[in-house]
Amino acid sequence: MSDINTAQAPIPAASQRRHFVRSVLSNPTGLVASLALLVVIASAIFAPLLAPNDPSAVQIFKVNAVAGDGYLLGGDGSGRDIWSRLVHGGRNTFLGALITVVIAASIGVTAGLFAGFYGRKLDLVARWISDGIMALPALIVLLAFYQALGASIYLSMAVFGVMLSPGFFRLTRNLVNGVKHELYIDAARVSGLSDLRIITRHILLSVRAPVVIQTSIVAGIAIVVQSGLEFLGLGDPSTPTWGGMLQDAFSNIYVSPQAILWPGLAITATVASLVLLANAIRDRMQQGGVQVRAPKVLPLAASQPLPQAAPDVLLDVRDLVVAYPANDGWREVVKGVSLSLRRGEVLGLVGESGSGKSQTAFAILGLLSPGGRVVSGSILFDGIDLGKSSQDEVRALRGKRIAYVPQEPMANLDPAFRIGYQLVEPMMTVLGISRAEATRRALKLLARVKLPDPERVFRAYPHQISGGMAQRVLIAGAVACSPDLLIADEPTTALDVTVQAEVLDLLRDLQKEFNMAVMLVTHNFGVVADSCDRVAVMKDGRIVEINSVADLFAAPAHDYTRMLLDSVLEDGKTRTYRPPMTEEMRA
Amino acid sequence: MNDQILVDCRNVNVHFGAHHVLKHVNLTIRPGETVGLVGESGSGKTTLGRAILGIGPVSSGEIWFDGENIAGVPPRARKGQAAIQAVFQDPYSSLNPSMTIDDILTEPIVARRLASRADASRQVRKLLDQVALPSDAAERFAREFSGGQRQRIAIARALALSPRLIVCDEPVSALDLSTQSRVMDLFIEIQERTGVAYLFVSHDLAAVRHISHRVAVMRFGEIVEFGECDQVTARPAHDYTKRLLLAAPVADPARQAERRAAFRALAMTA
Amino acid sequence: MIRYLLKRVASGIALLCLVSTVTFMMVFGATGNVARNILGENATAEQVTALNSRLGLDRPLMVQFGDWVSHAIRGDLGPSWTMSESVASALASRLPVTLSMVTIAVAMMALLSAMLGIAAAVRGGWADRAIQIVSVAGFAMPNFWLGLLLVLTFSVQLGWLPATGYVSFGASPSAWAASLVLPVTALVLSGIASASQQIRGAVIDALKQDYVRTLRARGVSPRSVLYRHALRNAMPAALTVLSVQFIALLGGAAVIERVFAIPGMGSLTVSAALIGDVPVLMGVVVTLIIVVVLVNILIDFLNAWANPKVRMS
Repeated sequence: MSDINTAQAPIPAASQRRHFVRSVLSNPTGLVASLALLVVIASAIFAPLLAPNDPSAVQIFKVNAVAGDGYLLGGDGSGRDIWSRLVHGGRNTFLGALITVVIAASIGVTAGLFAGFYGRKLDLVARWISDGIMALPALIVLLAFYQALGASIYLSMAVFGVMLSPGFFRLTRNLVNGVKHELYIDAARVSGLSDLRIITRHILLSVRAPVVIQTSIVAGIAIVVQSGLEFLGLGDPSTPTWGGMLQDAFSNIYVSPQAILWPGLAITATVASLVLLANAIRDRMQQGGVQVRAPKVLPLAASQPLPQAAPDVLLDVRDLVVAYPANDGWREVVKGVSLSLRRGEVLGLVGESGSGKSQTAFAILGLLSPGGRVVSGSILFDGIDLGKSSQDEVRALRGKRIAYVPQEPMANLDPAFRIGYQLVEPMMTVLGISRAEATRRALKLLARVKLPDPERVFRAYPHQISGGMAQRVLIAGAVACSPDLLIADEPTTALDVTVQAEVLDLLRDLQKEFNMAVMLVTHNFGVVADSCDRVAVMKDGRIVEINSVADLFAAPAHDYTRMLLDSVLEDGKTRTYRPPMTEEMRA
Repeated sequence: MNDQILVDCRNVNVHFGAHHVLKHVNLTIRPGETVGLVGESGSGKTTLGRAILGIGPVSSGEIWFDGENIAGVPPRARKGQAAIQAVFQDPYSSLNPSMTIDDILTEPIVARRLASRADASRQVRKLLDQVALPSDAAERFAREFSGGQRQRIAIARALALSPRLIVCDEPVSALDLSTQSRVMDLFIEIQERTGVAYLFVSHDLAAVRHISHRVAVMRFGEIVEFGECDQVTARPAHDYTKRLLLAAPVADPARQAERRAAFRALAMTA
Repeated sequence: MIRYLLKRVASGIALLCLVSTVTFMMVFGATGNVARNILGENATAEQVTALNSRLGLDRPLMVQFGDWVSHAIRGDLGPSWTMSESVASALASRLPVTLSMVTIAVAMMALLSAMLGIAAAVRGGWADRAIQIVSVAGFAMPNFWLGLLLVLTFSVQLGWLPATGYVSFGASPSAWAASLVLPVTALVLSGIASASQQIRGAVIDALKQDYVRTLRARGVSPRSVLYRHALRNAMPAALTVLSVQFIALLGGAAVIERVFAIPGMGSLTVSAALIGDVPVLMGVVVTLIIVVVLVNILIDFLNAWANPKVRMS
């Protein structure tokens, strides 16, 4: 049973968590940032041990003194030791940041969890409050409240925490909204778990990492704002603070300019470490643990003699290999595919997910996803070697002679533009015709694909039409320039079965009308039987069988094809109902 | 109560704002029976499944289960709390990515204090065995499994609380062809062994025919046809069912050509 | 669309009322030391009492609030306690200074972060790394420290630009420009970080969409795909960032104005806060909220233009 044995080697959960921390640290940025943060925090904690002088002790003869003579970094405007004040200044900075972060996160995350989970009125109210707070310039509000809060910077930082809570609220709420419709939440409900348990067990787990990142960023913001308040003179003048040191340095900027540097550097280094650590965690999460970097050395395309093609062959693919960068070099997704397509012929490309059928199609279109490359092999379209043509030459073929119909109709229309524009723009580019002419043709095409009221569809935005209509629009766009080859990637998979039948009909009619060659990528043997002349069956990046449709269904040559055809649920006998045995009958 | 009937939906209506998405739905499911529920997107078939599960709204009507009207009652507040379970369509989103399989499967057992954590883990190993997964699967995360394997895990989760009905919402639609038929066979095998009943919701008439005893066809929130499986899926009475049947292409070029012609003819007359 | 905007205006007015009430309670509820602050340490208890009663601080809070509201509705926002003018007239001379500085900064930030963000999204490589470094540095350096460094370098050491002071546009456009170069630079550099990061993310997201492949398959040029389609779809995200940055810069301006001795809202707020000129603080908060609400409505307009779904609903 292939679906039993495809999983990778098991990794125990506990070691995965340890692995996460280790892999954040194995990233050089993450390591340096963590170390720097550790050093700054440790020096704040052990400030009394590190500071050679009392940070508030004044030595008149050392006013604005240069470094040396017991003052490691010199003296400030009042003759106090800058180094000692610097290490002591870290203490109140970190305490302030901690207050802000704890208040912001506890308010924001809690509100976000509940507003996101329960939605409706609670969400509406919470969002309005959060938007309201976000509309306030925080620093101005803290200044305005200064008289009320008094000289204690910690009270100000607590208020600042409230002002930053919308950041956590929005993040958490959006994350919860993202996961609350996940089916595993429904499954938890169905098994009778309480809302509280669902929120704390399932939802909190999935917001954990982004909240950690946000915490790190907010701590950085808090440090900067706190130093700003102190710089403006809002702090307690008797405590050494980084912002207060900057204020002092500012008033002596002409006498002792270097004093500006140290507190600023301390703030910058601390905040930068926090941000870099957040970045390292984010990178780690986005990669899902794998450091993917494109290998430097590209596998070289083998130079081959130009293959000779039969005269009526439109598309000739030989030994096509497509690869994507992976953690250990290149991962081949198409491993030597050869196929050809005659003019006016419909070829089905069938296979299960991961068989490489879509990648083969995208390679022919020259539209592989970022990173993907045709590593070797050749693609000849009407005698033109696409692999040896320039980007511009291939682009000139796309839309005009090679067209594409995608799988998800709604995702393939640009939501910001009217449908008419999305048909007219490519025609003007590709055919070089006027807007008026392109509009006339687009309306004709919309009528041709049997859309009721083409004028209305032409003016509509994508969100105003149904999926079936959208697929007709995309088909109209594909045949707009009478292409020779149409590549359709699962064109009916996302559609309802009755709409699918109509769209297949439409595709068949247009194929005859334009005498197009069609490559129909699908997983559905019914669609193949319905529409194709020949079929290529793909498995693991290779073609295992190419056959005419009649022969393939009558006498499949390859075991894999036979297995697939056997899996098709056919009109066999239906089941007969027998009431289950009760406990007594069993006993 | 008639003990031949497990679930009895009587005149169930659901409104979403101004939309009347379920209209006077009547449906019964007998113990150990599979009722297939076919329809296109937006037909209301999933809404009915969610109403029975207690995770979707019910505007009016009754859903009788085990002598209790469970319409609009959330799973936690029901007498037979875990008697109705679910297997959903998307095997990727139906398992929490940050929990191990063991966490996922033991959670419902432990949360309702049916067994200790250690006993629950032992039960889970048995369940995994029943759905033909290796027992070391328990320590792994969902992402390490293929779609078919994940669906097996979802089935194991549904079975963990020994339910009497499982609502299967498009349980094989997201799977590859060869995997589909194996998962369907697993469903049938489990039913024959445990006597659990299924409401099998799907857009795929062929899949529904394969597993169902009786089939209901939905369109625009109404059940247009409900009867014995063979009758509904081979000799439908209602025009819409006929259209649905003829629209699905069959993997046989000659028969498909006939079907297509018949579908076009039906579209002409409609 | 009209209804949508009316709703935003109504919500803005509600916000204004709520914030002014809360702020009033906070600042007028804590005026115990104000009279002594204004009069200085040597004032007698009688003098303090006299000033308290002259300022009306001996009345119940609700009466003071009613008084303030009536001034606010008349538009003069009451008399300042430390300056010999009404709050409204004090603000009228300060607001244009701050707004011009912040507007120029936001416009430059929009331009630069769009360029950086797009370059990083499309090219990756060096542009991406550059934006990362600029981001981290811009975020981590407090803008006033950046301002101090700029003053140190370009004014104190090189003498190219004036260190402090502000010249009005009317008096001398070139001197006005020169006086704004350093403060605007400090503001832009600190805000550009998050703005360009977000624009980069939005453009990358837009380019990942399926319709981009379809447009390319139809033969649409890469230039049009990027500048017409991807950018239009990245617009809402970019606009949101700019509105957030605008608010942040209004706050940031307070410190920057202090560094460069610019007579704007910020320096007014700082001195009012230190001495306890409560009516001025109220005035500043109310004025800035009105500005923010107006800017957000403008952003909503632009958003609706970029996003038909919003426009149609």
